[in-house]
Amino acid sequence: MAVTQLIGARVQRREDPRLITGHGRFIEDHTLPGLTHLAVVRSPHPHALILGIDTTAARALPGVLAVLTAADFHKVLSGSMPVTPAFAPEKKYVPERFPIAEREVCFQGEPVAVVVANDRYLAADAADLVHVTYEPLPAVVDPEGAMSPGSPLVHTDGPDNIGWDMTYAGGDIDAAFSRAEVVVKERIIQQRLAPTAMETRGVMASYSPYSEDLSLWLSSQNPHFIRLFVSGAMGIPESRVRVVSPDVGGGFGSKISPYPEDYLVPAASKLLGRPVRWIETRTESVMTTIHGRGQVFTAEAAALRDGTLLGLRLTQVLDLGAYHGTFGAFQACACLMSGGVYRWEAISARTVGVLTNKVPTDPYRGAGRPEGTHLCERMVDRMADELGMDPAELRRKNFAREFPFVNNFGLTYDSGNYDGTLDRALELSDYQGWRQRQAAAREEGKLVGIGLSTWVEICGFGPSAATAGATGGIALVESAQIRFLPSGSVAAYVGTHAHGQGHDTTFSQLVAETLGVPLEAVDLRHGDTAEGPAFGYGTYGSRSLSVGGMALYTASQEILAKARKLAAHLLEASPDDLEFTAGAFTVRGNPQAKKTIQEVALASYGGNLPAGMEQGLEAVSHFDPPNFVWPFGAHVCVVEVDRETGAVEILSYTGVDDCGNVINPMIVEGQVQGGIAQSIAQALFEEVVYDGASGQLVTGTMLDYLVPTMNELPTPKLDRTVTPSPTNALGVKGIGEAGTIAASAAVINAVCEALRPLGIHHVDMPASPDRLWRLMQEAGR
Amino acid sequence: MIPAAFQYSKAGSVREAVAQLREAGPEAKVIAGGQSLIPLLRLRLSQPSHLVDVNGVRELDYVHPEGDLLRVGAMTRHSTLVRSELVQRHLPLLAEMAAQVGDPQIRARGTLGGVFAHADAAGDYPTLAVMLDATIVTDRRRVAARDFFQHLFTTALAEDELVCEVVFPMAPGPHRYIKFRRRLYDWAIVGAAVQKMDSGWRVGLTHVGPTAVRAAAVESRLQAGATFPEAAGAAADGLEPPSDVRASADYRRHLAQVLTRRALEQAA
Amino acid sequence: MGQTLRVTVNGEGRSDEVEPRLLLVHYLRETCGLTGTHVGCDTSQCGACTVLLDGAAVKSCNMLALQADGAEITTIEGLAPEGGLHPLQTAFWENHGLQCGYCTPGFIMAAAALLAENHDPSDEEIGRGLEGNLCRCTGYVNIRKAVKAAAQAMREGAAAPIGG
Repeated sequence: MAVTQLIGARVQRREDPRLITGHGRFIEDHTLPGLTHLAVVRSPHPHALILGIDTTAARALPGVLAVLTAADFHKVLSGSMPVTPAFAPEKKYVPERFPIAEREVCFQGEPVAVVVANDRYLAADAADLVHVTYEPLPAVVDPEGAMSPGSPLVHTDGPDNIGWDMTYAGGDIDAAFSRAEVVVKERIIQQRLAPTAMETRGVMASYSPYSEDLSLWLSSQNPHFIRLFVSGAMGIPESRVRVVSPDVGGGFGSKISPYPEDYLVPAASKLLGRPVRWIETRTESVMTTIHGRGQVFTAEAAALRDGTLLGLRLTQVLDLGAYHGTFGAFQACACLMSGGVYRWEAISARTVGVLTNKVPTDPYRGAGRPEGTHLCERMVDRMADELGMDPAELRRKNFAREFPFVNNFGLTYDSGNYDGTLDRALELSDYQGWRQRQAAAREEGKLVGIGLSTWVEICGFGPSAATAGATGGIALVESAQIRFLPSGSVAAYVGTHAHGQGHDTTFSQLVAETLGVPLEAVDLRHGDTAEGPAFGYGTYGSRSLSVGGMALYTASQEILAKARKLAAHLLEASPDDLEFTAGAFTVRGNPQAKKTIQEVALASYGGNLPAGMEQGLEAVSHFDPPNFVWPFGAHVCVVEVDRETGAVEILSYTGVDDCGNVINPMIVEGQVQGGIAQSIAQALFEEVVYDGASGQLVTGTMLDYLVPTMNELPTPKLDRTVTPSPTNALGVKGIGEAGTIAASAAVINAVCEALRPLGIHHVDMPASPDRLWRLMQEAGR
Repeated sequence: MIPAAFQYSKAGSVREAVAQLREAGPEAKVIAGGQSLIPLLRLRLSQPSHLVDVNGVRELDYVHPEGDLLRVGAMTRHSTLVRSELVQRHLPLLAEMAAQVGDPQIRARGTLGGVFAHADAAGDYPTLAVMLDATIVTDRRRVAARDFFQHLFTTALAEDELVCEVVFPMAPGPHRYIKFRRRLYDWAIVGAAVQKMDSGWRVGLTHVGPTAVRAAAVESRLQAGATFPEAAGAAADGLEPPSDVRASADYRRHLAQVLTRRALEQAA
Repeated sequence: MGQTLRVTVNGEGRSDEVEPRLLLVHYLRETCGLTGTHVGCDTSQCGACTVLLDGAAVKSCNMLALQADGAEITTIEGLAPEGGLHPLQTAFWENHGLQCGYCTPGFIMAAAALLAENHDPSDEEIGRGLEGNLCRCTGYVNIRKAVKAAAQAMREGAAAPIGG
């Protein structure tokens, strides 16, 4: 699709006026008459038996309405929290999970009781007065240790701690390694991260015993899934549950899966007959909102001396936490994407999901793809180092160049031009100049490194054939509904749910352009299950435009098809003789014979319709993409490591990405900038730390969990190339996760190269000053 | 998170504050800027029975030069210290430190006296006070800085005693404070402060032990004519720094030496 | 146990009985109904709750409401006259300085305090001025750009005075 008036334009965001003036409506801004406040009593132990819960003192506090435990919740909730099958592994153990612990707590922060009070401050006081007697059990902290037969158990009634164990075989790996002239091995750790959306989670529920329906407000990336899960657990027909996700203050994957509170708050409302609200504190958030990453890879790569890549063999040990995250198994896609943008003869990837006594891991921005990219790009750099080749040259030698490209696991990359992004990135970053400056700096004893990351991602989830099985029946297609109102204004509903991505703007641009109406005529709505199509699938996995945008596009086409028939009827012409341009149908050869689409819309509600045509001008459409989409790019990072302190300074950062056609370049740049920042944060700053012996969370507040400020992050130089996706009419791909997938490898490759003169080959994340200093000390001995 | 309930009273003078503290009993606490205290209240790590708010004690908000001393009132806020011409002129190292405390919002509220009473191992001003032999003046006595800071979060203050003033020697000469941290607004992982006095260099270290440290071995090596690198090599002598999620004790010892050398080089 | 708090919020004088432990941010959000000021952490790192207290940026979740007694407070809702936009608000909009928008009121209020003191801040000065605020979406690039643009607009006199 060509760049037209609205598509491809830097339209200022329509969501901004309310957000910049303090009139956004986030979950905590919602209240109801008679609202009560819920606080959660949580386990201070990573693993313990519950011997008794004494609620007497809490109940006695004036203003406390109830103290509820598992026994109470069993009256209104049933079943186990959902876990998608994701794949059929050779071994699988999925522990049952009720939203509140009854006999045994398996991670620090797991709910044990809840308090409901008339006032939030009182609820906090009462929670402190609930006295729980525990018998502490050994905590399983290290996932690799948890795999050994002698390990203590994460769940005392479990068979072992292995959630799954399976191997993806992509070609004859033994044959590939048998031809190897060079083999490099590495152990690469993906530390646990806390997604840290600036708005924490929150839930408000109102159950009416009279109409037997439930309204639920929560900060969510996919309200329809929450409606499905909660209605099922509470035994309320799905049609009687309304879920509203209002303005959402960031998600990054942490607001996809259902949480215990998503059930406990509505259940408490039903038990009490009062509206109930719970707002997560930051301290609760770091402890109980899902973590991302948490993986240990061991990998070996084989190549010929001339740099031809042959084989990649790896094992992913994935720290599941105490329960499977609802979409936790998705992170195993790191294995499927471990070959990156290169041609390999064979890849063999074993993934083992291991339970530990920690909060569950689940998709966090990129979810498996940053890990796969980081692994692949580190191994390619290790190989380049071993071969004495320039890392850019080794990459070029092995790029996939023919598209569609089928990778070792049968995934089909739709389109790509990896040379194009790499060439532009090298040029924009002044790669050759930096190579010279690096040589000069090394002469002076300075530690300067240049790191590359040539990345590709699988996104746009996803084709029904590939996703329905993985989720347990519901394909991750997308729905949209567009309706013209008689006045000519357009209400467009989409099943995705933006939380910072600016869909109100980009989707309105798309609809306005496609239907030929002014941008102001389009009202884009999402996040409320009471309106729009029956089911929506949510915003995550860089899917909203390539799947949801396409659903809007196909709904627009249906509208145009009907409008064309009606316009032809009104103009007394054949539909085939009409042209549609700039929002109006004209009869070919007779431009005076003209009906604007808004005139047609009004007529559609009247009496002069063609035979058999119903009134109205609206359409519901589902888009089932024929394939995933495959954005890609090349990033270049230059760092200097302070030889004395180990501090890393980013001297230059460049990203050239390709997400196909672009609706709003301003928003695309913003997504890339934010994604890069989040990935640099992983590379250099952030890590959730648990004490190895006690299993206690060490980095429990923002004081210790180091989300960087403006001062620690570079201003990246950005550019794009455009290689449209051939699999959708818009030619679009995704961009929400790109920066996060790309950057950590570029930064760490740069740090490793900087330290190479000292004999250091690999650095794990975060590359903190103390870690680098320790490595330099060890290397110096 | 929500603080536990407490009684609250405002004091308009030092006398009122002390009287209120005395009346409220041993579980009472003073709140000044509250920038360290309120997070502790919210996390319920601190649950005082009563807070005596001294923000209204205007008599303690001042910077007074007196002879070769600089007297700074306890209720002087960090932002005031950053901007104070008197501080810039007579003890610019204090302004340099103040500019690195927390962030602008914290500096607008937090006070000098609060830092002394709180006695965090990572506090910046205590380092200056210890290395310059400052005197802490309370409502009832004068205490040398080296005696004031007793241990982590522990000072010589009695339960009903109020920090009123800190008396520093004037020191307009070369100086530097290097605060090593991961994020610009974090507490120091390690800090090194140096100040050239007429009598020679003074050197102090932040967050290398339970209290601020005066690096006497570095000072005496400098006195004896050692080069900066030679002298800084003694910065870790006798230190027993903490190991925590930010840094190991060994790394802190190492930083103490590197930062001391750099501070000397940059100051000179 | 309530004590009397007298305060001016966005130009409106108020008197309320409040519990001593009531945090200023909860007073503003729940008593005054000004929900534009957000809570993002428990330990004063994130800055989402930043408001102007007698013209200085402070973190309203790190103050007791009673500590604001007698003060003039400006929140994001009061930064510009009703229906208008402050140059910072315009600049954040024009420069895509926000994504989810949750941290934005805090950033704008902290930036307002910065620009009141420094009419032409460098990149580094903007970084120092906003070091107490965290954003998870933007990578800060466009926030810095927006603050620079606002400073320029204000210097060029196209601007209303800083609120509060």
